[in-house]
Amino acid sequence: MGNYQLTYKPFGESAILIEWPQIISKEILNDIRVFVAKIEYKNNENILELNFIYCSLLIIYNSKNNCFNEIKNTLISLYDNEMIVTVKSEKTLWHIPVCYDEKFGIDLIYLSSEKKITVEKIISLHRSVDYTVYGMGFLPGFLYLGGLSDKLNFPRRNSPRLIVPKGAVAIGGNHTGIYPQSSPGGWHIIGNTPISLFDVKKETPSVITPGDEIRFKEISKEEYEVIRIAQKQGSYELKRVIND
Amino acid sequence: MIKVLHPGFYTSIQDMGRFGYRNFGVPTSGIMDSISGGFANALLNNHKNDAVMEITMIGPKLVFMASTYFVITGAEMSAELNKNPILNYKRYPVKNGDILTFGNLKNGIRCYLAVSGGFQSEIILKSRSFYAGITSQGLLKKNDVIFFKHQVINQTNDQQPKGTINTKIPFYDAIIIEVFKGSEFELFSSEEQKKLLSVIYTVSNDNNRMGYRMEEEAVKHTKSIITSPVLPGTVQLLPSGKLIILMKDAQTTGGYPRVFQLNEKSIAILAQKRMGDKIKLKLITGL
Repeated sequence: MGNYQLTYKPFGESAILIEWPQIISKEILNDIRVFVAKIEYKNNENILELNFIYCSLLIIYNSKNNCFNEIKNTLISLYDNEMIVTVKSEKTLWHIPVCYDEKFGIDLIYLSSEKKITVEKIISLHRSVDYTVYGMGFLPGFLYLGGLSDKLNFPRRNSPRLIVPKGAVAIGGNHTGIYPQSSPGGWHIIGNTPISLFDVKKETPSVITPGDEIRFKEISKEEYEVIRIAQKQGSYELKRVIND
Repeated sequence: MIKVLHPGFYTSIQDMGRFGYRNFGVPTSGIMDSISGGFANALLNNHKNDAVMEITMIGPKLVFMASTYFVITGAEMSAELNKNPILNYKRYPVKNGDILTFGNLKNGIRCYLAVSGGFQSEIILKSRSFYAGITSQGLLKKNDVIFFKHQVINQTNDQQPKGTINTKIPFYDAIIIEVFKGSEFELFSSEEQKKLLSVIYTVSNDNNRMGYRMEEEAVKHTKSIITSPVLPGTVQLLPSGKLIILMKDAQTTGGYPRVFQLNEKSIAILAQKRMGDKIKLKLITGL
């Protein structure tokens, strides 16, 4: 049997929503990853696409060949099947260089005065945690990160900015994230990363995937420029650490 | 090739959509009214997934720079070829220099221009569908040139497809949108459920390829969910009580209760509605 009691709900005419207990937890995320790995290993041609985030997994299937109950039963037996756990237990930790200089971190001083914490403390709280990637959404390549210190929890701006620059590292509520492209946004900007997290020219557009972890590494303005140019030339490689 | 002399209000290239990248947060995109868009390709014996031009409300002015056949389907926008009125759902041959223009919108809001073999715009993540941030542009602009495969016009094989096609596609007048129960429908009381299904909704001015927001405040609530996947056709209920019906360019995840889910046909019907149009939701029972 699988680890959790799951619910399977129809989601329109050709999709199925699988829900874990509605709690944000690394254990649940890992259980979803194991399930997804089994589904991908089985390579069932009637399963067309899947999308998971936090404690939910959506599966789009070919409704011409299968009814809801057929797919549901296939998935239930797959979840309970312990024989084909091929997913690696290892986790990838990515080091994301971030420049917290005021040039980029345009809301740091505001946050500091509102939260009554020094700018240095905000930065150290922000970079001292390994964040879990719970999924992607909002924008292509936008990572939903869990693990922000409660001390940095701060409501979003009342009116979103029309343009938040690409690479902006920001805080909104109890979330932190990186804008993969410039877009409107209501989060408070505390820094910027020179690396591109999302590249539509690559078959796998993002090297970071849900279930991975990331750590922000503080860099200077000078290092920012060096990395930005190196990345442009294709000679920069994101540091990754594989943990078992 | 075809050249854009005037882009119109909101003109883009779309195929059936971008699949396989939802887990990276990439929207489906693709033809909003897939029934009309599908007709356009079928009338030219194109592949189902060939790219068409989606034209919204105010049409573009285009010049063909090579010979081919084309078809217009969907909304009627008083199209003219070299200033001669032409019909939707009819195949026309064109040659270098021919000019296609659009005029008054008579019904619907989106029409589809297909050419033999489809438009050959760039393929990004396995699809030609325009989406700003994925493809290099989100909309066609003046002087853009889009390639298509040159097609020899041959009078002997220049036959119209057999049979007639009802150009008054019935669904422009339809106000019933068929829906399935959404994954949070059961979170609401039976009175609230009845209310959601009995209100006649009005399409607000906030309607586009990402979503259609309704005017009415049907059921106010304070329920939220942990961010979870959504699809085109997912109906979200905002705390204010208003509905947002997600469309093809919608983001891939959301945190509002999902009260209904449209099927592809319902999405197509809604895609031809504009501000002020009325709709009513009808539950599809059984699965």
